[in-house]
Parts: sequence; structure tokens; C-alpha cells
Amino acid sequence: MTAVGGRTVAGFHHRARTYGVAALVGLGLMAGCSSSSPPSGGSSAGSPVKGGLTVFAAASLKETFPAIGTKFEQAHPGTKVTFNFGGSSELSTSIDGGAPADVFAAASTKTMATVVAAGNASRPVDFATNTMEVATPPDNPGHVSALADLARPGVTVAVCQAKVPCGAAATALFAKAGITVKPVTLEPDVSSTLQKIRSGEVDAGIVYVTDVKAAGSTVHGIAIPTAANVVTTYPIVALKHARNPSTASAFADFVRSPAGQQVLGAAGFGPP
Amino acid sequence: MSHAGPGRISAAERDQLATGRAGRNAPWPVLLVGAAALMVFALPLLALLVRAPWRSLLSILRDEQAVTALRLSLGCATAATALSVLLGVPLAWVLARGRLPGTAVIRAFALLPLVLPPVAGGVALLAAFGRRGVVGRYLDQWFGITLPFTTAGVVVAQTFVAMPFLVLVLEGALRGLDPGLEQAAATLGAGRWTVIRRVTVPALLPSLAAGAVLCWARALGEFGATIIFAGNYPGRTQTMPIVVSLALDDGPDEAIALSVVLLAVSLTILVALRDRWLRPGAAA
Repeated sequence: MTAVGGRTVAGFHHRARTYGVAALVGLGLMAGCSSSSPPSGGSSAGSPVKGGLTVFAAASLKETFPAIGTKFEQAHPGTKVTFNFGGSSELSTSIDGGAPADVFAAASTKTMATVVAAGNASRPVDFATNTMEVATPPDNPGHVSALADLARPGVTVAVCQAKVPCGAAATALFAKAGITVKPVTLEPDVSSTLQKIRSGEVDAGIVYVTDVKAAGSTVHGIAIPTAANVVTTYPIVALKHARNPSTASAFADFVRSPAGQQVLGAAGFGPP
Repeated sequence: MSHAGPGRISAAERDQLATGRAGRNAPWPVLLVGAAALMVFALPLLALLVRAPWRSLLSILRDEQAVTALRLSLGCATAATALSVLLGVPLAWVLARGRLPGTAVIRAFALLPLVLPPVAGGVALLAAFGRRGVVGRYLDQWFGITLPFTTAGVVVAQTFVAMPFLVLVLEGALRGLDPGLEQAAATLGAGRWTVIRRVTVPALLPSLAAGAVLCWARALGEFGATIIFAGNYPGRTQTMPIVVSLALDDGPDEAIALSVVLLAVSLTILVALRDRWLRPGAAA
């Protein structure tokens, strides 16, 4: 993958304008997007792979990307990777609003397409896939043993809101199984869905296979057969307005390298 | 709004006193910094109006999700205010007049939600009233009641965050109340309840109204504790601020339009309260 186009004067104007918009939406966004780290001085465009890097990544990558970031920093001394995890659609809105992100890793090709359509990135590349799993609290208070049990009256279910990839996947999953599930809550992203399950506030929920694996004994997973499951594809891209394009594309490449794929594979992600 | 309250001077006289105290005009550096301070508030709000999609505003506001959320918000905020009045008035009374030991500690607890991040409040509410919470587990086991993910949960979250406003205003009013009035009534032969009914309560009504409206406005804007404790489901727990936050995912237009509505509601309340809050010395 090559770095996206060089910086032009027009590019800076565009950036200034999007920052103006960002100031407007900033109030509302502040709660959700907390790690808009100030640009670290020193690094300039076209420089070698070093300096600070801000990666906006889907909430389901929370358990793997920090490890990949550490490996990247070791492979490229002088780099410092900062992450901002959240719902993919929330992150894409921040990026299109001018948030200072260098790399975007989404849990949805559709969400990535909106960032590309807004002119903030080009040619994203898929780096992983994920599937869904039913999760319950360890003691399984709702006696859930299969996906179909989620449709049973009296079973309280948490899923992600339909706008984020895990919510879209849950909707597709229920449609595929031909069941009608009435969730008690539509959570903003997969982390909060998992939290509601883990704390025992709901009987069950739909999260990623990788979330169940990372949660260990704090949740009980019920696998969904491959034929009935839904596959989510993860694309990554170095953003057009990256402070340091060469470091940004180096990170995107690194995620797809054997070192990055090894971390993802160990966590339960499938190959792209 | 009338000034039947505790003051023994008219509003006009009070204004005169206030201007007299402040001198003629503030020195220009103070004015300059003051103007800058005003911009901190004014700019974002003006920007909201500049960027509002006025043309599509009506269609956005007719959107079913927004209407449902607004209706739920208004209902929940009203219920939370009623609950706050019911519980908050006696609490303010105890804080202002009770001779209980440790009143200062009780006051600190009662006012803590004012400074606690609402999200932390939501986590605390889950710890207490969640299905596995300290109290919640018994509510669930004994009565089959679970508060999270219900409209009642929204009201509880809003009450937690908003009631301190009412308590604060009312306690101040109770302390500022001239005890001579009540003593005089008692001397003239009024019984304890007659004094409360005919003297204390009427004297407190303006402050009670101000506190209740403030409490209502805070409940209407509640987001953090609600989304943690009550979750998000249209028609049941999805209030206006949650819709604004979720709408941002689809681009700023809808979120800005809905924010303008919340701004209009808040502004209306401030204008209605201007007599009580925008005059120096009127808060007591």
C-alpha cells in the first residue's frame, strides 16, 4: 500500500475548514472521543517512519491493537502510537469532522466507504474478519443454550445499536435465523454491550467471537454454527490528512504483516 | 414573577442598591476579559444556530424517533422533578433546620451528584440498583423489580443527578427565611402546622418553583447516568440527549437540529426565571 497524496495548499484549507466544523460538533463529541491528542511537534510530512501516531479503531480491536502498537513501536524506534477506540460510525463521524486521526481501522467496509466518499481516505485494505457469538453471564441466569433462546420471552438481551457494525451483524444474524429478538437495550458499541453482559444486567447479548475469547471466564460463550453466522470484515487505511503519512501507512502495512496477523489470529480473528 | 418572597425591599430598590454598590462602570480590562468570558458561552451556541439546518428542521423534528424521544424526555423529567420535590423538600428542611449531628456530612452526600461526573453516577446506580446490585438484587429476588433498561430507571437516574439542584435552592431559601415571621405567627396563636401552611410554605413557593424548574431542566439534559444505568431503547429509555449523541453518527445535521430544540427549551426556562436568577442577590 502506498502513502496517500502529498500535502497541498488546498489540502490545508480543507483541513482548516474541517477543523471549524469539528469545533462545532466538538461539544457533543467530547464525551465519546476523548483521545484527540494534540499534534506532537517535530514530525513533518514525507519524513521517515517515526513520531506520534493516532489510530482510530473499532471497539472490537481494543484487545489486539495495543499489542500490535507495542510491536510496531519496537520495530520502528522513535514512534509512539496512541489509540482511540469506539463505535466505527462514531469514529468515522469524528474523522469526517476533522478529528486529528492518522489511521482508521473500522469493523465495517460500509463505514469505511463513508470516510472514502468524504474524501478523507482512499483505497482501504481488508486486514481481518470476525464472526458473532452469543455471550451470557458466567452463571447463565436466562438458561440460554442457543441463538434461538434469545427470542424467548423473559430473556433480556443487549445488542449494539444498528448503526455500528456489531449491531448490523446482530440484526443480520437474527434475520438469518428467522427469529424475532426484542432487546432491552441498544448499546452504542460492542464494549458497552459486553459490559452489560459481564455485569449480569442482561441474560445474553450478541458480541464478537474475539470479545468472548478476550473476556475469558467473565462471560460464557455459546458458539453459532458457521453456516448460521455472519462475517464482519475489517478494513484499515492511512488517512489523507495524517500528520505523518509515511508512519501512518507503515502502521497500516504492519497490521497486515505476519507480526500483526499473528496477534489478530491468536485473538480469534480470521484472515481477511 | 412577584417578589412575595422573604425580601423586605422592593425589586426596584434592590436594583438601585446593586448599582450603587458596583459603582458606575467596570474598568476596561475587566470589561475586555468579561467579554472574552462571554464568548466562551456565546460562540458555541451561536455556532449551533448558524449551522442549524433551518430548511430541513421541521422534517427532522417530525422524525418519529425524535418525537418519541422528546415525549419520553419531557415525561421523565417531569416525573423526576415530582419525585425530587417529594423527597427533596423534607431533605432541604432537615439540612437547613434539623439539629441532627453530622448535618455537614449529610449535605455533602446530598450535593455530591452536582460535582460527580454523571457517568460515574450511572456506574454507582448500577452498583446499587442493578440486577446484581447491593439493593437491586433483593428488589429482583423479592419483588421481581429490575430498574435498569426501564423508564423508571431513567427517572431514577435523572432524580439522582437533578435533585441536588432543588435541595440547594430550597435550603438556601429556608436559611434566608426570616424566623421572626414564623415566631410572630406562633405568638399570635397559630399552631405548628398552621405556621407551616400559612407562613413558611407561601414564603418558600417562589424558591420551590425556581428549584423545581432548575431540577427539571437538569433532568431533561441528563445523558451520562441514563445511558449507563438505563441503556438505550426507543420509546422506553431513549431520551433526547441520547438521540442527539447517537444522531452524530449520521452526520452533524440531525444532532444540531435536536440540540437547537434543547437549547430553545433551556432558553425558555432561563427567561422565565430571569427575575430570580439574573438579579444580584435574588438567589436567596
